[in-house]
Amino acid sequence: MSQTITVNGDLLEWTEGMSVSDVLALKKYTFKMLVVKIDGQLIKKAIWPETVIPAGATVQVIHLMSGG
Amino acid sequence: MDIKAFKDAHKLINEKTYALGTIDKGYTNRTLYVNLDNNEIKEKPVTPQMKEKFIGGKGFGLRLLWDAVKPETKWNDPENEIIIAPGPVAGITAYSGTGKSIVVSISPMTDIIIDSNVGGYFGPYLKFSGFDALEIQGKAAKDVIIFIDGINGKVTIEEAPEEPLDSHILANVLTKMYAADEKDYRNVAVVSAGSAADHCNIGMLNFSLFDLSRKEVRLKQAGRGGIGRVFRDKNIKAIVCRSPQPKGDMLNVVDMNSIKERGQKFNREMREFDDDQCEMRTKGTAHLVEIMNEYELLPTHNFKFGQHADIAKIDSKVWKEWFTPRASDACWYGCTMACAKTVEDFEVRTGPYKGRKVLVDGPEYETAAGVGSNIGVFNSEVILELNFYCDTYGLDTISFGTLTAFAMECWENGILNKERTGGLELCFGNSDAALELIHQMSRGEGFGLIAGQGIRKMKKYFADKGWGDIAFMNDIGMENKGLEYSQYISKESLAQQGGYAMTNKGPQHDEAWLIFMDKVNKQIPTFEDKAEALHYFPMFRTWFGLMGLCKLPWNDVEPANNAETDEPAKVPEHVDNYLTIFKAVTGRDIDNAEMIRQSERVYNFQRIFNIRMGKGLRAHDAQPYRAAGPVTKEEYLSLQKQYDGQLKDIIGIDPEGKSIDEKMAATRKFREDQYEKLLDAVYKRRGWTRGGVPTIEHLQDLGMDLPELIEVVKPLLEK
Repeated sequence: MSQTITVNGDLLEWTEGMSVSDVLALKKYTFKMLVVKIDGQLIKKAIWPETVIPAGATVQVIHLMSGG
Repeated sequence: MDIKAFKDAHKLINEKTYALGTIDKGYTNRTLYVNLDNNEIKEKPVTPQMKEKFIGGKGFGLRLLWDAVKPETKWNDPENEIIIAPGPVAGITAYSGTGKSIVVSISPMTDIIIDSNVGGYFGPYLKFSGFDALEIQGKAAKDVIIFIDGINGKVTIEEAPEEPLDSHILANVLTKMYAADEKDYRNVAVVSAGSAADHCNIGMLNFSLFDLSRKEVRLKQAGRGGIGRVFRDKNIKAIVCRSPQPKGDMLNVVDMNSIKERGQKFNREMREFDDDQCEMRTKGTAHLVEIMNEYELLPTHNFKFGQHADIAKIDSKVWKEWFTPRASDACWYGCTMACAKTVEDFEVRTGPYKGRKVLVDGPEYETAAGVGSNIGVFNSEVILELNFYCDTYGLDTISFGTLTAFAMECWENGILNKERTGGLELCFGNSDAALELIHQMSRGEGFGLIAGQGIRKMKKYFADKGWGDIAFMNDIGMENKGLEYSQYISKESLAQQGGYAMTNKGPQHDEAWLIFMDKVNKQIPTFEDKAEALHYFPMFRTWFGLMGLCKLPWNDVEPANNAETDEPAKVPEHVDNYLTIFKAVTGRDIDNAEMIRQSERVYNFQRIFNIRMGKGLRAHDAQPYRAAGPVTKEEYLSLQKQYDGQLKDIIGIDPEGKSIDEKMAATRKFREDQYEKLLDAVYKRRGWTRGGVPTIEHLQDLGMDLPELIEVVKPLLEK
């Protein structure tokens, strides 16, 4: 049975070694002003590529506002 | 252009000299009143209550307008006013985005109060010339120019019969006419409309600035709600202000060092982070085009869809190629965000300026989406041409785009045809038809004259003619309160539906933009969460309009540590900058809570102003169904998997075996019910009744239990 993570409330299939950057690409989160938290802990942008997400994690990708 | 001949044709109607005075802590403590019925020119004092309760900018505009009109006053009655007010902070140059004005009037689109914010130099120059607001009442017999000479302390009303109306010419002519010499061009600011504002309710105002780098006059727009139409109905050709040249501390602030310190810190953020964040310095708000497309928020074909395959033809890379960035890409001195992008030497291919090379201010995101994707035009040259003509003719690009999209969907559904449009094939993507439509608006003829009155009046006209089903047109006509929607798809964000339709003036995103928080981040899942957001953000953003501030530097760049704050969406460090600047300018020390209360006072005043005019209640916060969900089968089918999934998982109805009509009906019932529940929650949070009326207790709590407000709400509360 496949394992999952939760990203902004939606289930996403988890894969071994999946990084924050991988998740952003899968979710097509292309907006640049993002805040990422894994299980409530802030992950700084500089380490998104190497930060591996554990199975079952709750990931928040907070898009800040702009425009208007 | 023979400027001398234009000037020689002027006839002085009245003049008044005044003492130049001084600015004290951001305020001149007086306003300028001009009546075009009897040509009266006088000063009015700013009372302590005005500053305490209404602060400035939009607050001053609303206070002055309330006192000037009656509940039954219509937009084209002489007693309606146009008020331009910059706010106490407007005119500092040491922090970005500090040159805004708010224009207030009764709108021909909505028959209630409209407020429209605008850059350009006029607002600060008005203050440097001695006035916290300009209030114009009455109607001139013939075209006039109101000239405020802030160097010599004189205001004149002059008949001005000869100058052309279109703003790209008029603003240039008047800049040169009223400046002492070439070096003085920068000190002249012009407010003008354009030829289409003579005929169309979607008429807007252009506010000029002289671009020192390009040596040309540029234009920023008070776009929303038809104030340009009011301006021309009063036979105002232009308002001109000649000001002392801006320098460091024109406002006699309390603490310039604090402003400079915050300004320098902000400028470092722009230098270090903008290229990796919003790229405002190189793309302006047009950076949003592909982002909105990616998140299915870009209105396409009259808000039916949120994405389009041809997006690459009009995305920000395209605009970056067109733009010629210069240091002077700011609409007020000292702004390092500098997002007022410009296309130089653009060759026009249609209309009266065919073959000429012109300067186009923009496009901003709203224009690229409005006269681009939303009408099915994915051609940057056409978007630029529509942008140019909207500006010079004095038309709001947002309303033009949204109403043209509506007309195109009417064409698609047989409500319009060639016979009814006078030959215009108004199908999606027909650039030539869109361009001819705008030229007809300028000439005041043909279908352009009908369309130029806006969607609400078009719907009635089409229904009265028996051309279409009014219920369908109400569903697809993207207007609320009579104002056209700005350019975001709100179907999947209940909070943004409220952010649009629960506004005081109509669906403009400058009160609240909550789509990411709601739809993408899922940060505000409950009605109470959404209501809190629909309280905080509209009140917070109202504050910019009280001050003379631009909203963009608040959240279009973020400090390095913003992500580490408790509420990054609010950008706490920038909010603290604003509190610091307010104190540094005025000497008044306020905290976050008082900042919101300052806005609440004015916001509730505006709500009650609308109620006084017979509107402003729950019924007027209703939205067209296109803003909430799929009106047509085509829309439903385009996202069938998503909608079917919502039926099953959220609404609790198994879509299996159901027809599209049945599924659409169930979806609609659910979404309409959700919106009603949102209204309940938001009204409660805002201190209003279920009918949308501010309670006396809430007004007392805010210190806004003014007798004139109680008199309006009391009968409704007793029902």
